[in-house]
Amino acid sequence: MSMVKPGSRARAIAARMGQTLPVLAGVVVISFLLTRALPGDPAAYFAGAAADEASIEEIRIALGLDKPLLQQFFLYVGDLFAGDLGNSLSTGQPVAQDLARRLPASLELTLIALLISCCTAIPLGILAARNPGSVIDHLCRVLVTAGVSLPTFFTGILLIYIFYYLLGLAPSPLGRLDFIYLAPDHVTGFYLIDAAIMQDWYTWWGAVKQLILPATTLALFTLAPIARMTRAAMLTALSSDFIRTARAAGLTPRKVLYGYAFRNALLPVITTLGMVFSFTLGANVLVEKVFAWPGIGSYAVEALVVSDYAAVQGFVLAMAVLFVVLNFVIDLVYTAIDPRIAFEQS
Amino acid sequence: MLTIDDLAVSFQTRRGKVNAVRQLSLTLAKGETLGIVGESGSGKSVTSYALMRILDAGGQITQGKLIYSGMDLRHVSENDMRNIRGREISMIFQNPRAALNPIRKVGHQIEDVLRQHLQASRQNAKQKAIEALQAVKIQNAEERYHAYPFELSGGMCQRVIIAIAIACNPQILIADEPTTGLDITTQKVVMELIRDLIIERSMSAILITHDLGLASQYCDRILVMKDGEVVEEGRPQTLFTQPQHPYTQKLVMATPHAETDIRGLLPPEQRSRQPVHTVSDKPLLEIVHLSKTYAGKSGPVHAVKDVSWCIREGQSVGLVGESGCGKSTTAEMLVRLLDPSEGKILYRGDDIAAVPARHFAEHPHRRQIQMVFQDATDSLNPRHTARDALAEPLRQLAGLRGRTLQERMEKLAAMVGLPVNLLDRFPHQLSGGQKARVGIARAIALEPDLLILDEPTAALDVSIQAVVLNLLVDLRAALGMSYLFVSHDLQVIKLLCDYVVVMKDGAVVEAGPTRSLMANPQHAYTRTLLAAAPVLDYA
Amino acid sequence: MMHQLAENTTAQGRRSTSNSLSHLWYVLRTNPITLLAFVLFALIILSAVFGPALVPYDPLQTNAAIALQAPSSEHWFGTDSVGRDVFSRVIVATRLDLAISIAAVALSFVIGSTLGGIAGYWGGWLDSVLNRLMDTIMAFPLFVLAMGIVAALGNTIENIIYATAIINIPFYARLVRAEVNIRREAGFVRAAKLAGNSDIRVLVMHIFPNALPPMMVQVSLNLGWAILNAAGLSFIGLGVRPPTPEWGIMVAEGANFIVSGEWWLAVFPGLWLMIAVFTFNLLGDGLRDLVDPRKRT
Repeated sequence: MSMVKPGSRARAIAARMGQTLPVLAGVVVISFLLTRALPGDPAAYFAGAAADEASIEEIRIALGLDKPLLQQFFLYVGDLFAGDLGNSLSTGQPVAQDLARRLPASLELTLIALLISCCTAIPLGILAARNPGSVIDHLCRVLVTAGVSLPTFFTGILLIYIFYYLLGLAPSPLGRLDFIYLAPDHVTGFYLIDAAIMQDWYTWWGAVKQLILPATTLALFTLAPIARMTRAAMLTALSSDFIRTARAAGLTPRKVLYGYAFRNALLPVITTLGMVFSFTLGANVLVEKVFAWPGIGSYAVEALVVSDYAAVQGFVLAMAVLFVVLNFVIDLVYTAIDPRIAFEQS
Repeated sequence: MLTIDDLAVSFQTRRGKVNAVRQLSLTLAKGETLGIVGESGSGKSVTSYALMRILDAGGQITQGKLIYSGMDLRHVSENDMRNIRGREISMIFQNPRAALNPIRKVGHQIEDVLRQHLQASRQNAKQKAIEALQAVKIQNAEERYHAYPFELSGGMCQRVIIAIAIACNPQILIADEPTTGLDITTQKVVMELIRDLIIERSMSAILITHDLGLASQYCDRILVMKDGEVVEEGRPQTLFTQPQHPYTQKLVMATPHAETDIRGLLPPEQRSRQPVHTVSDKPLLEIVHLSKTYAGKSGPVHAVKDVSWCIREGQSVGLVGESGCGKSTTAEMLVRLLDPSEGKILYRGDDIAAVPARHFAEHPHRRQIQMVFQDATDSLNPRHTARDALAEPLRQLAGLRGRTLQERMEKLAAMVGLPVNLLDRFPHQLSGGQKARVGIARAIALEPDLLILDEPTAALDVSIQAVVLNLLVDLRAALGMSYLFVSHDLQVIKLLCDYVVVMKDGAVVEAGPTRSLMANPQHAYTRTLLAAAPVLDYA
Repeated sequence: MMHQLAENTTAQGRRSTSNSLSHLWYVLRTNPITLLAFVLFALIILSAVFGPALVPYDPLQTNAAIALQAPSSEHWFGTDSVGRDVFSRVIVATRLDLAISIAAVALSFVIGSTLGGIAGYWGGWLDSVLNRLMDTIMAFPLFVLAMGIVAALGNTIENIIYATAIINIPFYARLVRAEVNIRREAGFVRAAKLAGNSDIRVLVMHIFPNALPPMMVQVSLNLGWAILNAAGLSFIGLGVRPPTPEWGIMVAEGANFIVSGEWWLAVFPGLWLMIAVFTFNLLGDGLRDLVDPRKRT
């Protein structure tokens, strides 16, 4: 019998970080395999259509493709540590640089969308769980099933048709800012933050207007799993024995609902967020294409069209690393809420 | 203090309205402890939930008055009711670990109640919570204040629940099966704590339990409930010495106690002559220095430590101990589902421990050693009918097919008293007693030499337990089997076994012939076990 | 969302066949939404099987003279930029979209449940290795991984199927692993061993059938997701190529005309896609009701 000591939580976090490493290693192995699985001869491909035998051979040696696979892997890992993801054929720039420049646009969109969907879905789930079988419960169910059935690219197009073409409320769906605005000075790359720093509220509002439709599109898609999980977790929590104890002790419904049930229900909801991130980052690609959003998703789609493989693989790897980091953050939040995690580790 | 008059509670289910409680009336005097006893589904818990107005969704009080200090609790506002719960009337629940919020410190959970009922301010809440923990005799209360429920033992969790219940000095304490899931020694400690607190704070109390022994020891007056109605009421002595209602009579008879033999558990008209079973001197199963060690997170865990004893042909051996003593692990090794770390298991001289568990299915001795599992529901495949369950060992191990198989199965069903038309039912369509019969029929299908019974009646109501125990006695004589009967209940073991082995912390502390061991226990732990079991006192 | 199923459905599966027909009727009668799902499902299957034979126009026939016509009695869903009949194309596409998702889900079902069953039953190092592998797959945003796989393996329909199958395997493996794991020590499993069943027999004959109901729920939900995934891939230009009628491509082609008001090009295929996914999701929910009404979420 030992109490949870202050140090054990830190140890739990350290252990979790340790678990992240093999996953990262696996990610690197898979992305290496993906780069080497290119159809045909990569060297011939990188040399270009007009290249002759000799220049293909030259490229092959330059790329290290003549070496054994294992050695190639270590070269690949070395390049990764040096931040080298190869050069993009279409932009002529290093892929890492391209991605870094476009990443803030994607992150801004994704995070705003998640904020919208969490702020809608969690209260919706709680409401539905408080009154199972009620009108709001059925509404929640239909909304949730419809939300997860909507292809994001289709929702986006539909929203554009309604709010841009029919109603004229939304600006033209072309990127982060209409051409009448000037982009704010680069500080974080997040337009909303950068414009706020410059106190340029005119531009800030312009950026918000561009953001609303794509963010809503993404949020609609992620609403469903969060609301569904919140409802289920709340129902489980509310039917637990400890809720009966709390009620029998005369605690107010408010305290029972939020102090006791919700905090317990939050744990599975947080776990679900990992899956939701995965869906969001994937759907992000489609939404960026629909709204011509200059993030890394549309960068990858453009690269795909011209068979710019280095750019696509760099994108896949970057997304995976981003996702691993996000999952790690989720675990930290979980550890902070659930005392049992720290206990299991010690 | 409290008067319940003509209470009726019903539940809305898919199949329509079900009356859980009907025409229930009771009174509770100041300082009195009232027991409500009954088997599962008798409506005894529902009564207390109705009183607290915390019925589950779909439950409704349809009739009656609940008078507490001049108020009808049925009609007071929800706000007023909330002030009564926890402050005037408190409740203790079964399954203490689940009854506490798993992610909130226990000290804070006590503070919540104190603050809710304005018994403590922000400044002194912690002090008062610690006092509440001390009141339930928790050592190092300052330290325990910061503990989470998962860090505490089951008994300790129940003390915290009690601390929450009495923190605001209520007038009435309701204890709903407060010791279910606790070990027998812990049960005694918890019950004595509750009794002391009731006296010390001059509370009235309602004790809800299925255990007649427990009720007779701690209650001033007892109500017996069946199918939502009170069938009899009285003081424990009169109620148990001269039960009037046939149901009470049946219940009292079926409860194992010091004076009875196994047939005595049954109603008189069902008591046939008890068959004799003969014990020979020839050893059937010798357990030699058997150990099981698991790799734990903090070093090896010794589940079973060097145990040895012998089961003779025809002998019934009882294996007793509390949870975690290693008795189930030992049973699993003997039935060859688990490989021991060390030691031998000699079946008629053959070391069957030498054959790995995963290959034992093909071993010729497989059919000679069989087992009846603790939870009959869990031991039946939900997708197989009773017939499928019986056919398994007959097909796999005896190669029976077609007509012979069917005939054999019907004969087996008859032996365990299972109507043949129930054979085509799935487990969820059978009652608890019927499932137990299927489990037993499957185990004896190949007429094994040794049957290991792992708490076969633990999940059954006492009247069904009586029937199943008697069935086991008949089968033992009919088939000449030896039993290893694993149980925590010495009274049951005494009825069935010739020899008893007592285990604690993985080791055997005492072993000997049942009669002498129970009359004259040598080891202190055996004495504690015997003293802790609540016994129906006839005298 | 999906991996949570493993936890949500662990207590399920105590159903009998004799009982389930009447239960099915009960669920359908009291839950018109599930009934609707069954009807829609039948329609989708019918149009996948007979659609190509029944549609009024050749889905590939171009006719510049009637390009970009709004929906009319002649062309129910209008015509596209080269004068093809949108209705015919939408119906014919059902077969391809459905085939891709069914093939992918079948592949991941078989591979995933085999791996999950082995890992869940025997545990040990096999389990650790499998867990690491699944963690690694799940470490990618799944749609992005599918993009990477198709980009690497080559832009064909088969590769779309493989990619969709690979990203779905972890769901099945984890679900089956969890279902098998909680039953590994169950009384009926130990009883089956005492009755002389070998480990393989115990796993296949006793444990796996009990894990099937939650698996069927997963399959249904997964089919919808696989359709979305395949359509999404072709929307960004992977897999199916024009002029093959496929919902994702049709939406992508129609997207260019939406800002000038020709909505029918994108809306009808998108709507059909949505209905198909919606049907499978409703069906999944309905099956969940059927398997265990208390677990509806």
